Amino acid sequence: MKFATRLVHYDPSPDDPFRPMATPIYQTATFEQEHADSFGQYDYSRSGNPTRRVLEDQVAALENGTCAFAFASGMAAVTAATSVLKAGDEILADWDVYGGTTRLFGKILPRRGIGVRYADLSDLASLHAAMTPATRMVFAESPSNPLLRVIDLRAIAAIAHERGLLFAVDNSTMSPYLQNPLDLGADLVIHSATKFLCGHSDVTGGLVVVKDQALADEIYFLQNAEGTALGPMDCFLLLRGLKTLKLRMDAQQQSAGLIARFLEEHASVDTVYYPGLASHAGFAVHARQARGAGSVLSFNAGSAEEAKRIAETTKLFKIAVSFGSVHSTISIPLKMSHASTPLELQASRKIPEDLVRLSIGIEDTDELIADLAAAMEK
Amino acid sequence: MSDRPDFQPSTLVIHSNRSYESQSNSILFPIHQTATYIHESVGVTKGYGYSRGANPTVNALEQAIAAVEGTEHALCFRSGMSAITTLCLALLKAGDHVVLSSVIYGGTTRLFLQVLVNFGVEYTYADTADLAATEAAIKPNTRLIFIETPANPTMKLSDIRAMAGLAHSHENILLAVDNTFLTPLLQPCLSLGADISMLSTTKYIDGHNATIGGSLATHDEEITERLRFVRKIIGSIQAPFDAWLTLQGIKTLPARLAMHCDHAGQIARWLEAHPRVAKVYYPGLDSFPQKALAEKQQKAFGGMLAFELDATTEQSLRFMEALKLCTCAESLGSVETLITNPATASHCDLPLEQRKSLGISDRLIRLSVGLEAPKDLIADFEHAFAVIFGSHA
Repeated sequence: MKFATRLVHYDPSPDDPFRPMATPIYQTATFEQEHADSFGQYDYSRSGNPTRRVLEDQVAALENGTCAFAFASGMAAVTAATSVLKAGDEILADWDVYGGTTRLFGKILPRRGIGVRYADLSDLASLHAAMTPATRMVFAESPSNPLLRVIDLRAIAAIAHERGLLFAVDNSTMSPYLQNPLDLGADLVIHSATKFLCGHSDVTGGLVVVKDQALADEIYFLQNAEGTALGPMDCFLLLRGLKTLKLRMDAQQQSAGLIARFLEEHASVDTVYYPGLASHAGFAVHARQARGAGSVLSFNAGSAEEAKRIAETTKLFKIAVSFGSVHSTISIPLKMSHASTPLELQASRKIPEDLVRLSIGIEDTDELIADLAAAMEK
Repeated sequence: MSDRPDFQPSTLVIHSNRSYESQSNSILFPIHQTATYIHESVGVTKGYGYSRGANPTVNALEQAIAAVEGTEHALCFRSGMSAITTLCLALLKAGDHVVLSSVIYGGTTRLFLQVLVNFGVEYTYADTADLAATEAAIKPNTRLIFIETPANPTMKLSDIRAMAGLAHSHENILLAVDNTFLTPLLQPCLSLGADISMLSTTKYIDGHNATIGGSLATHDEEITERLRFVRKIIGSIQAPFDAWLTLQGIKTLPARLAMHCDHAGQIARWLEAHPRVAKVYYPGLDSFPQKALAEKQQKAFGGMLAFELDATTEQSLRFMEALKLCTCAESLGSVETLITNPATASHCDLPLEQRKSLGISDRLIRLSVGLEAPKDLIADFEHAFAVIFGSHA
């Protein structure tokens, strides 16, 4: 079955007597037991909920995994995925990961006795050099946020598995429509579902998808024990948003490609960071492992002042954190999504102060380009 | 609401979360079902940047909970367990030690035994009803005493004031109380000296079995900011829709609690007088060994009780299944009467030996008394007794 069909062709209401086309919202905390000393399929919504189950099964299927787990946020998903580690373990992460992730890695995991090292994972030599006997997990985004660097997921997976390490990939910038890291060898795929999966900026949520059953059991245990599973209403909204994932991303990506070229040709733009451009360093690797370049891109505005001025001058692009929504947004990563990067890391992370990140929505392409062009006129 | 400090709790739960600045004059607070917010300019927001950090609807619930907790500071979480997880990640680091009530919700036990232990956090169980035993459990690296009173499921009580005194006689030890069984309206644990009050809002605060949620409240601004920071990092904040439902539930909390307590007292006395009942655990009964402590620190005896039949475990389970109005289900504190067998439900993760030593027998039955007419509940019990023991039970 093709992806467009898979997005809508699944059982939306297993075991429901009325067979609704839309998944029922089981907004309940608890479930009646079949017997006094045993439970049916569901006992308590922190442990399992029928609405959540439909979402989790659908995302597992779209990512070609076996089990998915929905969380209250992308960061709750990252927290659960990294909670499989124990005190004394280390994570080896690409240096260009979301600011909230580096904050978790810097402020919480060390208190749990888990160390984090950063390396340039687009360079395999750098990966090898940074590994230590304590390394237990390799963590990357591709394309990364906000510099859209491309990591060779297949190559990293091979190295990780040679050493018996887990490989976790945050696939939020691509979604399962454009990239399936499990197929490339990743062990855990993480999504901020707030982004493309939801697509409408109305849900904060996250997902972890795995193939291996033992790993699935561990994540399930943590989801229940730590209690950060996604609520039924949010699961329903995500299921609704997910049905149009392809329609939305096709439109967003087409505009993003045109906008990337517009920016690349713009006299005042030095660099455009978009893996769909032939000029992008990761263009070939990305084309091998993904089916499109997505709709997040960044560019250098020339100066921090100019970046701020452009962001505040555009009319259709709203200043907001997050990406992947039907609304186009503009942000200054260093001041917004990545302001949470611990200071000691900011210097080494090389995020330019004049970097502007765009997330392209579903507005008319010409109007978006005209809005940017007008804002960039000095 | 700090400008209206004199309102009674029943007024506060209705009015503490009203949006007086609302342009629309809506009586109910809106559901801000949004992930992100439009910035006025780069770095300038109206106080909300991203809903993982804060959300107006969640904040409205937090104000209502803070009002009943008698403080300015409350935070809401995706579940009671995520509240405890966030608390521990905020206050503890590898190498720290926690003293835990030995009788405590099974989910809390699971978190400490099977999750936090991997992060290097140590724990010791103590009988927190016994001051000397609790003191003996304190180690140089103890940072937190975490108690539950009344404890789930045997209703064992711990003296909050005494525990606070013990914690605060040491440097750097905080007292956290899981106050889910009573809520701050019946047991104002922050006034009794606790540093942190924790609630599973799934229970009495929501009251309708509609949501999963949790909260933490404290007088300490520094702890609040630390909790808020960790909640934002690990993404454990309550969702807007669930917060909104809870916000509606909390409005009837005082009214519901009064009824829950009244009904539970009636059922407890009726069960105690029944010849087929071996034992009833309810702090309001004269037979309850810690009734004096309940009268000292509680404003009422609550809606939870436990009992054992003069029967085998197998008969006890059949008795539960014969009930029609009382539903076999996990959770508690809702309008529906819920009945569980802790040994196979809330405390199933505890090893058998440990359950036995704590008085959690295999035949123990826990009852969350709902708002159905007590007469109908008693008729339901009479019917179940007749099914199991014959009509002359």
